[in-house]
Amino acid sequence: MTKYISSTINHFILSIGLLIMVVPIWIIFASSTHSSLFINTNGLQFFLGDNFIDNYSRVLFKQSGFFNEITALKMFLNSFVMATGIATLSVITSLMTAYGLVYFKVKYATFIFWLIFITLLVPLELRIMPSYIVMSKLNLVNTFAGLILPISASAIATFFFRQFYKSIPDELLEAAKLDGTNSWSFFIDFLIPLSKTMIAAVFIFMFVFGYNQYLWPLIMTTSEQYWTVVMGLKTMYGSISDRFAFVIMSMIPPVIIIIFLQKLFIQGIFQNK
Amino acid sequence: MKKVQFKSNYSQYFFLAPQLLILLIFLYWPIIQTFKDAFTMQDAFGFGSQFAGFDNFLFIFSDPSYFTAFKFTIIYSFVITFITGSIGLLLAVQANKVMHGKSAYKTLLIWPYAIAPAVVGVMANYFFSERYGLLHHLFNNLWGFNWYENVFDAYIYVIIAGSWKQISANFIFFLAGLQAIQKTVIEASIIDCKSNIRRFWTITFPLLMPTTFFLIIINITYAFFDTFGIIDTTTIGAPGSETKTLVYKAYIDGFKGLDLGSAGAQSIMMMIIVLVITIFQFRYIEGKIHYN
Repeated sequence: MTKYISSTINHFILSIGLLIMVVPIWIIFASSTHSSLFINTNGLQFFLGDNFIDNYSRVLFKQSGFFNEITALKMFLNSFVMATGIATLSVITSLMTAYGLVYFKVKYATFIFWLIFITLLVPLELRIMPSYIVMSKLNLVNTFAGLILPISASAIATFFFRQFYKSIPDELLEAAKLDGTNSWSFFIDFLIPLSKTMIAAVFIFMFVFGYNQYLWPLIMTTSEQYWTVVMGLKTMYGSISDRFAFVIMSMIPPVIIIIFLQKLFIQGIFQNK
Repeated sequence: MKKVQFKSNYSQYFFLAPQLLILLIFLYWPIIQTFKDAFTMQDAFGFGSQFAGFDNFLFIFSDPSYFTAFKFTIIYSFVITFITGSIGLLLAVQANKVMHGKSAYKTLLIWPYAIAPAVVGVMANYFFSERYGLLHHLFNNLWGFNWYENVFDAYIYVIIAGSWKQISANFIFFLAGLQAIQKTVIEASIIDCKSNIRRFWTITFPLLMPTTFFLIIINITYAFFDTFGIIDTTTIGAPGSETKTLVYKAYIDGFKGLDLGSAGAQSIMMMIIVLVITIFQFRYIEGKIHYN
């Protein structure tokens, strides 16, 4: 009997948690299926309306932005290119760096380690203005390279892979060496397959991180051709239900990724512990 | 480092080169530029600049709005850490206990984690707008809510907007931490201690200390940096500039006000704060927590 009561309490508390996390998004979603006129007279809605297809297709394909030069579809494409670029580049560079640091004798290894570590203290937000100046000197404003490169070196990912390589027993390399494996094929044929789960976790994490960037694209893109979804949200002008629909669409890619890959993501994070 | 390694004179640098190149060009160059800015004074028309010593730093210390931002950032990170940590822990403990629907709860509770802060801010905007806002109406009926004139109300606005998605992050990590605690420890403690609540605070919570500590740091960094998108899409610092975080103020002064010297000095102050937190993390707290 007490067991029954305590489990009811558990479910009750969890349901309140669910209400807090789910209801706000439901309200925005329900409201996005009504016409703007209806919202303007009746406020936010709990129940679905029948303008779903109208609103969403209008937002996806309509030219919007300040100069009407971009559709939401193009923004999604831009966000996707940016996020994939950041995720791919940061996985490759941090895998390589970790490998170089762990499996080779490197001169000034401690210095290099600190050079990477210090970047954790200086997030993009702290060097935004000088970064912009550097990018404009390099002619990278309004390019994908400019959107991707400054965010694609991840100290955390490097440390993750470094910890993991250090935990791999020395016997693996000894055995591989007996077989005459060179450093390149040891990296490609042994280490990369071993770190698959971690690679996936870092990739997911960096993809969501890249997709969710707000300030950097805001500053780096003066041309609407390069607008991304998350920054476009604030600057998009349109009727109220268009904006609701855009908010809902903007969260779909990262949310789907996290929901379907949550197991992998959490496993990858805790594999190291 | 490994006892067994590859012997090579150059191939290690091939592996290190890509990341180091990116770091040097896209991080260290701007960082050096920041230091240069912080110690130079530019004239109002941008024609020339001269070495200014610590003038920029003296300027921000004599500027009351810097202290307003400082105060707000401290309050904001403290409140967000506390609210999201305790709600996240409460939900994780319940989700760890239930027999049925565990994975459904888990999925529905973690997905706001993936939503960008700026998107959360835009959403919060609707709930706090005078015209449509449900929360605006609710609070207005309770005590005459008015965030663009009343500082306390603006705090409530940005705290709710800032906490919401971070509850998910705390939930994920606390749940993973709880699941890592061995069943035998819990079973043994049930024999010794009948009270659920006492058992939680004397056995489970101390075992969660590494997770708790990790989350405190995560939450503080979130409140310092990631909330930029939230402030910029909600209050923009309103009523006056009481809800500007230090990072937001540095951005406004540098990018909008074009005062590079002051923005540089503010960035360096911020780096020092982050450095202090990091040292504190490694030296003080890590030594006091008992793993396993």
